Amino acid sequence: MTMLRPDLAIIARNVAEGSRALDVGCGDGMLMAALRDHKHVDARGMEIDGRDVASAVTRGLSVVQGDADSDLADYPDKCFDYAILSQTLQTTRRPDIVLDHLLRIGREAFVSFPNFAYWRVRAALTMGGRMPVTAHIPSLWYETPNIHHTTIDDFRDFLKSRDVQIKGEWFLSGGAPRGGRMANLLAEHAVFLLTKK
Amino acid sequence: MTIGMMLSGENLDERFGLNRNVRLMGPVQLESGAIFAPLDFAYETYGMLNADKSNAILICHALTLDQYVASANPVTGKPGWWTRIVGEGKPIDPARHCIICINVMGSCMGSSGPASIDPATGDAYGMEFPVITIGDMVRAQAILLDHLGIETLQAVVGGSMGGMQALSWAVQFPARVRSAVVIASTARHSAQNIAFHEVGRQAIMADPNWSGGAYYGQPLAPSAGLAVARMAAHITYLSEAGLTEKFGRRLQNRPDGSEGAKTFGFDADFQIESYLRHQGVSFVDRFDAGSYLYITRAMDYYDLAEPFDGVLAKAFQGTRARFCLVSFDSDWLYPTAESRRIVHALNAAGAAASFVELSSPFGHDAFLLDAPELNRIVDGFLRAGENQ
Repeated sequence: MTMLRPDLAIIARNVAEGSRALDVGCGDGMLMAALRDHKHVDARGMEIDGRDVASAVTRGLSVVQGDADSDLADYPDKCFDYAILSQTLQTTRRPDIVLDHLLRIGREAFVSFPNFAYWRVRAALTMGGRMPVTAHIPSLWYETPNIHHTTIDDFRDFLKSRDVQIKGEWFLSGGAPRGGRMANLLAEHAVFLLTKK
Repeated sequence: MTIGMMLSGENLDERFGLNRNVRLMGPVQLESGAIFAPLDFAYETYGMLNADKSNAILICHALTLDQYVASANPVTGKPGWWTRIVGEGKPIDPARHCIICINVMGSCMGSSGPASIDPATGDAYGMEFPVITIGDMVRAQAILLDHLGIETLQAVVGGSMGGMQALSWAVQFPARVRSAVVIASTARHSAQNIAFHEVGRQAIMADPNWSGGAYYGQPLAPSAGLAVARMAAHITYLSEAGLTEKFGRRLQNRPDGSEGAKTFGFDADFQIESYLRHQGVSFVDRFDAGSYLYITRAMDYYDLAEPFDGVLAKAFQGTRARFCLVSFDSDWLYPTAESRRIVHALNAAGAAASFVELSSPFGHDAFLLDAPELNRIVDGFLRAGENQ
């Protein structure tokens, strides 16, 4: 699993052997394939891009073309052990509703997102006076799919207001794991494992 | 190695090969309550059944197609209708798979249908042929597979009405189907689908040669009505954008070769008129009006959820099959929304489902045309099943 993106590797390490998982925004199925091959996970995927779906299907994965904003409503309650949303929350039209669905469909949910309060991002905006472009936020303002940026602190507040319990949290900067101290300033990327109280 | 070579050699089992015909006693219990026997089957097989009989793939054909999926149609002389998908080096490959394609019950290419001779009377069944459903077609196919000694299918594959059969196979015979590939299809016929079919049926029955269906054995068949039915249906197989690109408002050259011009009459002035007329006229050479009635009726009766209180997910409760669904964005006959509805039901039933909408300007017919992405998906999906 060394080839996986660091946030995906964290998720892959912490998914239980032989569980059932739905990867929302699964891309070409990189994480799903790793979960299937190394953890015998019964993995299903949803992806908006048809070419990515085709690539995932040719890997033997079960992936449906769909949109997290509109198509999660069709999944029954608690039909997966995990619902996974990696690097996708900030691209949805209604992250709050998407998160509700994740916690309804999965007994637990992994959510990862780029932290907009990371110091480099802050610096780009406050010192440079420019919309930040970093490794995790690579697009220019007019072409970015990221329409709902959030910060680790905002996300925590949001979880508290919705009675969502944090069962695990991991932070990354420059692709390497780091501790939770001053994460809102020093972490470039966050991964949360959540469950509904 | 060609398909023909693969079959001409050591394959001495008469049940397998090109252009097979068999009469089986059945009987088949039909949804209408009627019991039908004997059953004639016209079918083809390509490739060899492996030792553990795990490589059988059933291909189900669409309304007016036939068993000649990968070999030349003896009536039209045209190559098989799905050589893009089926053949050497293709996703469904006789080198790897034992491929079976059966002319559906109700059709007119050798399997039992209204034009077949009723052995009890020595005359064509005509309107005495029982009204059948998609489920009945599948039950009949199962009887032939029993005869071939094939218990489970690696895959059932079909587009359009073939996709309806593939879904019905997974629902009716969950233990016999390991995977299903459903292309440009639906889980039910919509009011609009039924409406277009009814136009076609009325065109046939309005033809004076229809004679209440008693035209078999007579010199004249309701060909004009059948041609109109085909013309109306053919429009639903294409897209508006496709028609505009191919024909626009362009005028047809006159029969004497002179440049197209408005005739201020009712000849085929426009190229699209000429094209549709040609489609209609050439169709009646290869298809029977009675079969058209029976098969369109079967499609109209088709609603997979109906026996399950209208809840499609319940239909898939018993299945362990993997599903692969493909739709085309310009298909307005069985639009993407219908495939999505199936996917939602499969998800609700916990079935392993893949779905992708492909882009094509060619409307419903796209599934029969060159689509490299479709090949890639079908190939990957089938291989994944073989590796497990």
